[in-house]
Amino acid sequence: MKELGVILRKNIRDYGMFIALAVIFVLFTILTNGTFISPYNISSLINQTGYIAVLATGMTLVIIVRQIDLSVGFLSGFLGAIAAILMMNYHVPAILAILIVLALGAVIGLFFGVLIAKVGIPAFVVTLAGMISFHGLLLFATQAGGTINITDKFFNEIGNGFIPSFGKIGGFAVSTLVIGLIGIVLFIYFQFKARNTKKKYNFEVLPMPFFIAKIAFIVALIAALILVLAMNNGISWTFVIVFVVVSIFTVILNKTAFGRHIYAVGGNPEAAELSGINVANVLIYTFVIMETLTALSGILFASRMQSASPTAGTGFELLAIAGAFIGGCSANGGVGKVTGSLIGSLVMVSLTNGMDLMGLGSSIQYVIQGIILVLAVVFDILTRRSQAVG
Amino acid sequence: MKDAEYILEMDNIGKTFPGVKALDGVNFKVKRGEIHCLVGENGAGKSTLMKILSGVYPSGTFTGRIILNSTEQHFRSIEDSEKAGIAIIHQELALIPELTIYENIFLGHEIKKGPFIDWNETIIKAKEVLKRIRVNINPETKVKDVGVGVQQLVEIGKALSKDVKLLILDEPTAALSEVDCDNLLQILRELKKQGITCIMISHKLKEVISIADTITVLRDGKTITSIDATKRKVEEKEIIKYMVGREIEDIYPKREGVKYGDVCFELKNWTAFDPSKGREILHNINFKVHKGEIVGIAGLMGAGRTEMALSIFGNTKHYIIKGELYVNGVKKHLSSPEKAIKEKIVYVTEDRKGNGLVLIQDIKFNIPLSNLKQLLKGLFIDQHEEVNAANKFFNELNIKARSIEQVVGTLSGGNQQKVSVAKGLFTLPDLLILDEPTRGIDVGAKFEIYTIMNELVKRGMSIIMISSELPEILGMSDRIYVMSNGTMTGVIDAKDATEEKIMEMATA
Ligand SMILES: Nc1ncnc2c1ncn2[C@@H]1O[C@H](COP(=O)(O)OP(=O)(O)OP(=O)(O)O)[C@@H](O)[C@H]1O
Ligand SMILES: [Mg+2]
Repeated sequence: MKELGVILRKNIRDYGMFIALAVIFVLFTILTNGTFISPYNISSLINQTGYIAVLATGMTLVIIVRQIDLSVGFLSGFLGAIAAILMMNYHVPAILAILIVLALGAVIGLFFGVLIAKVGIPAFVVTLAGMISFHGLLLFATQAGGTINITDKFFNEIGNGFIPSFGKIGGFAVSTLVIGLIGIVLFIYFQFKARNTKKKYNFEVLPMPFFIAKIAFIVALIAALILVLAMNNGISWTFVIVFVVVSIFTVILNKTAFGRHIYAVGGNPEAAELSGINVANVLIYTFVIMETLTALSGILFASRMQSASPTAGTGFELLAIAGAFIGGCSANGGVGKVTGSLIGSLVMVSLTNGMDLMGLGSSIQYVIQGIILVLAVVFDILTRRSQAVG
Repeated sequence: MKDAEYILEMDNIGKTFPGVKALDGVNFKVKRGEIHCLVGENGAGKSTLMKILSGVYPSGTFTGRIILNSTEQHFRSIEDSEKAGIAIIHQELALIPELTIYENIFLGHEIKKGPFIDWNETIIKAKEVLKRIRVNINPETKVKDVGVGVQQLVEIGKALSKDVKLLILDEPTAALSEVDCDNLLQILRELKKQGITCIMISHKLKEVISIADTITVLRDGKTITSIDATKRKVEEKEIIKYMVGREIEDIYPKREGVKYGDVCFELKNWTAFDPSKGREILHNINFKVHKGEIVGIAGLMGAGRTEMALSIFGNTKHYIIKGELYVNGVKKHLSSPEKAIKEKIVYVTEDRKGNGLVLIQDIKFNIPLSNLKQLLKGLFIDQHEEVNAANKFFNELNIKARSIEQVVGTLSGGNQQKVSVAKGLFTLPDLLILDEPTRGIDVGAKFEIYTIMNELVKRGMSIIMISSELPEILGMSDRIYVMSNGTMTGVIDAKDATEEKIMEMATA
């Protein structure tokens, strides 16, 4: 029992977001008389999380290197509008429009990165200016008709479509069940493999019973999610895209030299510099990645809405930043995980979704989101302090 | 009752960190008015014991009793211990560089008139304090503009201004030059006359012997012995034996048949201007290193040795440089540490916390950081290689930690230094620049580092060693350059060198 206490205290930072998520789920299920937990709502919750999770992935990198990006909300709205205009007004094929918008995001990131890393303007200033300018550009782009409707089938499928189901068994989409099963088996296999490697190197591992409990808990979550999704329309394309993005960046952060450089620059920029790391370049790449992912987020959102509107992207930066902090990024930099930010985004979007279902106005929603952001950082600082003293 | 023989008794102190027993039943008694030195290997638990005494680790997070002036104490914070007359000066200085000396001295206990700070009174009081520590500097000088020696004294001044009875100094002389050290020790003797009790941690055994009334040795979190040094002369050998549990004959291991090759690195008419200070910091330096040679660079604090190293190593401070730099006879322009490392030159900093290590990451993250490509298999870092690399240094340098997964910030000071050195070695350089490589390292570990240095030069590497410890310079170098005020004031073969000759050039 004492052991459990120690393990809990050591990992409180990691478990905190799951606790928050559980509380939110139970709370909204009660408050909405079960609508919140219905398969249809869970499915759309996942898709809503998609465009925020993509932003939060980039934001994780940005926060690890001790920077911030306030521009991502309106930039995502603006780039979504660009995609819409390219397709609707200039009849550019959807694929090409997507590539152009992604490239545009990368270029903007490069520009930001150079201003921040080479010229030395604080990221806060650069991206605040960006936020205001992109808001203006978004209004300008959508000025003519207010909202640009997108009629491209392929494009709209990204945010609304599902993978082929290959029929249904007892109301469950077959392909989703199969993928879910394979996923669970692979997950268990890799967890055990990682644990064995750690043991081989004499690293600390969770004691077996806790390890099993942890795996059982996560497997149960995945299984529940898969079943709920399969009951609806199955796995969505958005889900697939987020999965791919999160996987890629998890691997980049953990397994590549660039990932190490990011953690080093965030942990101690001077030491990184003297270790032969090109700090300026790391910052520039980080912003290129951030703004490219912002473009992707804009595409996902426009596709989901099947339109580009003057209010697209409003408040996304807050959701993404809060998601990253809830997911374990440290306000002091040097710490953070993409998977954590994914859960963090889910927390924030569940909150929004639940409040929408309850019919709360956006005014009160903003206030609550703001409070949650501050609480997340307070929680972070307190847990780190208690761990430092031992 | 108040004037019991012992001002402090720490009784059966135990402290555990997750996975490590840092202190295991330590008994520690300090007599009133003495200078008590605490010695022991890196990670023995010295700093931890002092952090417990000063309330950094509050009552309840450790076991055992603290008895001060015959009454048991339960400090919940540093403020509590300060109220009881205890002041601690930590291993790493805690001054604010941008503030003036007097602001720093009274930081946290400002002298007030009503709600406002009384600056005039503050300056007057600061002058009194500075007089007690014999610092002849205007208190309105900013801390960043004075040397480390004075900074260390300002820390003591800060403690004195709080009316301290028991002063704790954690390795106060580690970063000081010989002259500054002597000065500091002299001040401590004077404070002793004024009735202040001192506990001092140090790895410099010579100074320990010269100043201590009592010497307590810790090893692996236990008290090994307490020696009364007022009664008899204590030998360094004796202390070392208690510290490491074995005898070390010669702490500067000798190399057999030193033969060095061609010149592999050379500076010609090297001049650097520091725009942030608005003055020239290096003047017309000529300097060369042969293959397989250990070159020592001696000099006082502020002689420009670190600046020279940084100007070679990619010039991260953006000095404006004139002059030529040759690597293996080819003229080079090393515009970043990245380029310098590509030329197989690496610099191991004197400031491991500030710009050496990523403290929030673990040992296996830090050691390969300067040379990650060594670990890459295709695009990805090979975990197996990574663990092997880290384990190799972990064992070779005898780094004391739970495992290579321990976060570097929680290692003892000396063990952090070993990680910092390991990080440099991992780049497999041809020219290794070590800036104060043994700062804060215990005798045993020093010996290990020296042995490795010898091993490396035997294999053809060249080493530049900047050090403020003359015995180390004399014991390890083949040739010795001496710097003073940004100028090379001399070069001398090690076999002809003496401490006197070097000091003469260093003060030229
Ligand atoms: N916050 C912490 N978390 C985990 N372990 C710690 C922490 N602080 C100290 N330790 C461990 O406690 C032991 C004692 O450390 P301490 O800093 O007291 O050593 P020290 O005697 O001062 O050594 P040095 O001479 O190198 O300064 C070390 O093994 C260290 O790794
Ligand atoms: Mg210490």
